[in-house]
Amino acid sequence: MKLLKRYLMFILSLGLVALAFIWNKDIGVKSVNTIINSSKEMMLILPPVFILLGLLDVWVPRDTMVKFMGEESGLLGAVLAFLVGSAAAGPLYVVFPIAAAFMKKDAKFSNILILIGAWSNTKIPMLLFEYSSLGGKFMFTRLALNIPMILLMTFIMNHVLKADEKAKIYELANSF
Amino acid sequence: MQNIIFYSLAIGLLLVSFMKDKKKTKQSLMKAWKSFENILPQMLSMITLIGVIVSVLSPETISKIIGNSSGWYGVIIAALLGSVTLIPAFVAFPLAAILLQNGAGYMQLSAFISTLTMVGVITFPLEIKFFGKKFTILRNSLAFTLAFVVAFIIGKVVV
Repeated sequence: MKLLKRYLMFILSLGLVALAFIWNKDIGVKSVNTIINSSKEMMLILPPVFILLGLLDVWVPRDTMVKFMGEESGLLGAVLAFLVGSAAAGPLYVVFPIAAAFMKKDAKFSNILILIGAWSNTKIPMLLFEYSSLGGKFMFTRLALNIPMILLMTFIMNHVLKADEKAKIYELANSF
Repeated sequence: MQNIIFYSLAIGLLLVSFMKDKKKTKQSLMKAWKSFENILPQMLSMITLIGVIVSVLSPETISKIIGNSSGWYGVIIAALLGSVTLIPAFVAFPLAAILLQNGAGYMQLSAFISTLTMVGVITFPLEIKFFGKKFTILRNSLAFTLAFVVAFIIGKVVV
């Protein structure tokens, strides 16, 4: 019963696929193909990510994370967060468990925000795709704009969320 | 290529870990599985929903709506489309190139790409699970708003 409840949303979305089939067979077939392709992609990306996170959780002492990305890490922490996000691969949802694992080890909140921002904007593989598809002018202009945008978002979120709200988010990360 | 790096890193470190401490390695694998299983339901629903949405929206349909002369109306539509779809970069950028050839504007495409990579309506449940409601709403609405700022400047600079 508990299992059914957890997977209820998935069962409902499968119902949507069935509806797509009834509405238009081509769209139904296309949906199934897209779902299979993205599942394959997910199953390819996620196992090493979670294995690395598991190892990080067990082997990296909290002190190490605090030293490099914690409250007192300053510019070094921000740069590291930016580099980890930019060097990464995979869609935005992959960064959520990674950010949570970092928070569990007490990485600074603003560094977590920079990590998520870099992950969604300045990923190097993504920039290469953007360059070849839409040209250098488009890619470099967007990159030049996105870096201040990431910092602006980090600044705003860091100030809007109050200390107790941040504490709750860290608590949530610790429950994983 | 990226996957090869990730897998080599994961397997290599796992071996090092195993040689150093078998118990700790087992513990880390258990943790890996637990956190994976934890988000699996949301992942599966997300992928299924995206599959249906992406199939309904064909490149021709999108190009028509976000054409060069569609102005801010097109930018808003493009930003909304980007927010509800979630496709990997190696699909998104070739798609954007096709859209460009079919008459989509740079300003509109910029809004589409920005929200595509930063705003995730379908990933909401997953993001809330990790960071809570307020964080999720705040992050997504800020990213949505800033996508317009970037689109405006792109529209001025890239012609």
